[in-house]
Amino acid sequence: MPELERHSFDVLVIGAGGAGLRAAIEAREHGLRTAVLCKSLFGKAHTVMAEGGIAAAMGNVNSSDSWQVHFRDTMRGGKFLNNWRMAELHAQEAPQRVWELETYGALFDRTKDGRISQRNFGGHEYPRLAHVGDRTGLELIRTLQQKIVSLQQEDFKEFGDYEERLRVFQEFTVTDLVKDGDRIAGAFGYWRESGRFVLFEAPAVILATGGIGKSFKVTSNSWEYTGDGHALAMRAGASLINMEFIQFHPTGMVWPPSVKGILVTESVRGDGGVLRNSDGKRFMFDYIPEVFKDKYADNEEEGDRWYTDQANNRRPPELLPRDEVARAINSEVKAGRGSPHGGVFLDVSTRLPAEEIRKRLPSMHHQFKELADVDITAQPMEVGPTCHYVMGGVEVDPDTGSSSVAGLYAAGEVSGGMHGSNRLGGNSLSDLLVFGRRAGAGAAEYVRAMTDRPTVSEDIVTEARATALKPFQTEGGENPYTLHMELQQSMNDLVGIIRRQGEMEEALQRLEKLKERAQSLTVEGHQQFNPGWHLALDLRNMLLVSECVAKAALLRTESRGGHTRDDHPVMDAEWRRKLLVCNVDGDGVSVEEKPQIPIRHDLLDLFDRAELEKYLTAEELS
Amino acid sequence: MSYQGKFRVWRGDDSGGALEDFTVEVNEGEVVLDIIHRLQATQAPDLAVRWNCKAGKCGSCSAEINGRPRLLCMTRMSTFTEGETITVTPMRTFPIIRDLVTDVSFNYTKAREVPSFAPPKDLAPGEYRMQQVDVERSQEFRKCIECFLCQNTCHVVRDHEENKEAFSGPRFLMRVAELEMHPLDTADRVDQAQEEHGLGLCNITKCCSEVCPEHIHITDNALIPMKERVADRKYDPIVWLGNKLFKR
Ligand SMILES: Cc1cc2nc3c(=O)[nH]c(=O)nc-3n(C[C@H](O)[C@H](O)[C@H](O)COP(=O)(O)OP(=O)(O)OC[C@H]3O[C@@H](n4cnc5c(N)ncnc54)[C@H](O)[C@@H]3O)c2cc1C
Ligand code: SF4
Ligand code: SF4
Ligand code: FES
Repeated sequence: MPELERHSFDVLVIGAGGAGLRAAIEAREHGLRTAVLCKSLFGKAHTVMAEGGIAAAMGNVNSSDSWQVHFRDTMRGGKFLNNWRMAELHAQEAPQRVWELETYGALFDRTKDGRISQRNFGGHEYPRLAHVGDRTGLELIRTLQQKIVSLQQEDFKEFGDYEERLRVFQEFTVTDLVKDGDRIAGAFGYWRESGRFVLFEAPAVILATGGIGKSFKVTSNSWEYTGDGHALAMRAGASLINMEFIQFHPTGMVWPPSVKGILVTESVRGDGGVLRNSDGKRFMFDYIPEVFKDKYADNEEEGDRWYTDQANNRRPPELLPRDEVARAINSEVKAGRGSPHGGVFLDVSTRLPAEEIRKRLPSMHHQFKELADVDITAQPMEVGPTCHYVMGGVEVDPDTGSSSVAGLYAAGEVSGGMHGSNRLGGNSLSDLLVFGRRAGAGAAEYVRAMTDRPTVSEDIVTEARATALKPFQTEGGENPYTLHMELQQSMNDLVGIIRRQGEMEEALQRLEKLKERAQSLTVEGHQQFNPGWHLALDLRNMLLVSECVAKAALLRTESRGGHTRDDHPVMDAEWRRKLLVCNVDGDGVSVEEKPQIPIRHDLLDLFDRAELEKYLTAEELS
Repeated sequence: MSYQGKFRVWRGDDSGGALEDFTVEVNEGEVVLDIIHRLQATQAPDLAVRWNCKAGKCGSCSAEINGRPRLLCMTRMSTFTEGETITVTPMRTFPIIRDLVTDVSFNYTKAREVPSFAPPKDLAPGEYRMQQVDVERSQEFRKCIECFLCQNTCHVVRDHEENKEAFSGPRFLMRVAELEMHPLDTADRVDQAQEEHGLGLCNITKCCSEVCPEHIHITDNALIPMKERVADRKYDPIVWLGNKLFKR
């Protein structure tokens, strides 16, 4: 057996998206030796794909905006299931985190008076999303990447080594977290390039691994989204909450087949784009739910006026929260009023001059032209729902990002609670920065306060290695690609956007069988850059996480946000008070109910009583 | 609408390799990366390729298709005829790791050598004021997805390993230009570009701009203006002093 590569750090950050990089910057600025580990190249994490913007109540475009309004919008969007403390911290701190990016070198689009411009987005009462055209995620990740480089340059000046206190290990996959008793002691994984194993010893680990979308067939997510962090946390003894809530973004590309699922940014609608069915009708006016009736226009004229006069008009229903729009599209298609390739039409070509479209939506223009031969300045796009974001994730302490396992932290999409049952657009990028920073600080404090460091036993390492190598030892087993396709199909069809008891039960049966088959996967070739092997290892995580989604979804007998039950179509105030908590149980998952923490009174006072009555039980209101 | 397409894919590692022939199904609307994935799923499970977003946003899937530097995920199969054999090879300028995957660490090293953004010390976060027209120039360069296709194409390093030390390549010369044109950057970057990053080696052939999938005008908007600033400074000490004093 080749010698095991070993490294030792104070803080290990798994993930190099917005959350991971911001956490790493914070830990390093606290003076700790920090490593960042990521599966793809540095600067290419999923965050790079974010388009529309980052939500922060800076009030640059409409000075009536404030953290309180942002907090309200976030709670409404999440149908009040959100962890209110997270929503509060998020709304309060997002502006500082955005301004801080400017000091790192970010160049956002500007208002006339030279401030950061802000755009409209679904569910946000005021123009709130700081943006750079429709490539905001690229700006965010490049800016953080460059800040990391600048910290490395400081270290170079001081120590003659760029990597003295902050080092990035790219194209590296973590397969297991390592513990010493009850505490985190590090992580184990392999270089994707060489397949060689590495042990990282570190008293604190921050998970920032993003989402789980690759368990679904139609998704806007990339191969990285195999739910690794979710699974790593569970196997280390932490629990996940809200796993039944998956956001299906209403507008993914539907044609050609090979790009099905790729995102069409919500900015298209924020900037005036409208949804039409095959009869040419703006159908969203038919789908305004009771709870939102006073906020959304019920006729086209008012909706159109809103773009220029927001004080005197209600917003168009195309800008309802994502879950509402996705369900509406689904219903139109089912009713036979869909577009030729099974979506609906999204049109900006009749709404804005061609020049303006190219300027405001350059990458959408490019994407449709290159991939679908559609010129969005002249033709409508065809769009349909796509699996986009997981609201559920590691249950954390809002202030420090700490999980229930000592030394284990989580931030970004892998954490749960902040967005409740449905995330508003733009609230993820801000979430990454606010809670990335907090987790970095939380982990730093933890390490500082520690008197004795955890150690790693050799047995654990041997076991982790054996697990990772198993697919090479099995002969005549199954092809991981086949299994993956079956998993994606099952989740898509049976635990997708509209759910039913029978179907979810069937999904669980299929998952059991898949789990069994996954015991005997076979991969060909060797350990060096072997995508078949990588997939075989990722499957273990996808299966565990999919089981959480299906089990929690089966238990929650109501419809709320990113969880829609055909057999329980209404929202139930009693269910708002309950969280579903997933834990590892044997080789499967157990799900338990846990009471939601009551919302603090001064925060409740930010809402009208009439609105609260739509969400809270009489007992809570008294 | 489906057909059997002919492909030649380079397979091997740093010790050598060769083109391997494949016949594989091609469907309507697909891109070259779809075909590579189909090869992985059906014929060559250990075929190594880098990719991530599959939407032209992350710059991971750079390779050469029929000898032309391209993103695999943004090259549509419909741009080829059905009978044509399509050859896919790794980027040539960087060392091979395996199959289509190359070692691009050269670029990360160069990135680290460009001094970072130097903001004015007296401005607090939230106080930055910049006009849209003034940020637009640098914003064009910040569209860069770091696919490194320009770095791969530039003849200064493509056929001259020995230049790699002195030359940062179009991507990072453009980064210097981006900072130079940032309305609030306080550092002086003109001499640096020439002396530390090898701007003088660029002879404005524009090959880099031609392959840029983001259609950034690297040569016209970044490299030539930087060269002009270098030239001005060389010949006109007053301009040089003026630039320094009135920057911002
Ligand atoms: C197309 C698209 C558009 C979007 N647009 C917006 C938007 O406009 N506004 C908004 O707010 N949100 C948007 N979102 C959502 C938002 O981009 C994501 O939720 C967010 O970027 C997640 O960031 P993260 O830091 O949590 O993780 P990511 O950026 O996904 O990073 C995860 C990191 O973890 C690493 N990793 C994962 N597993 C392992 C492992 N086992 N070992 C080592 N490393 C690992 C990965 O390599 C990666 O570096 C969009 C999402 C998509 C898909
Ligand atoms: S213009 Fe300059 S940088 Fe670009 S390819 Fe030509 S020589 Fe290289
Ligand atoms: S400038 Fe263009 S070609 Fe060069 S790395 Fe950036 S995106 Fe790629
Ligand atoms: S996979 Fe991201 S650019 Fe091709």
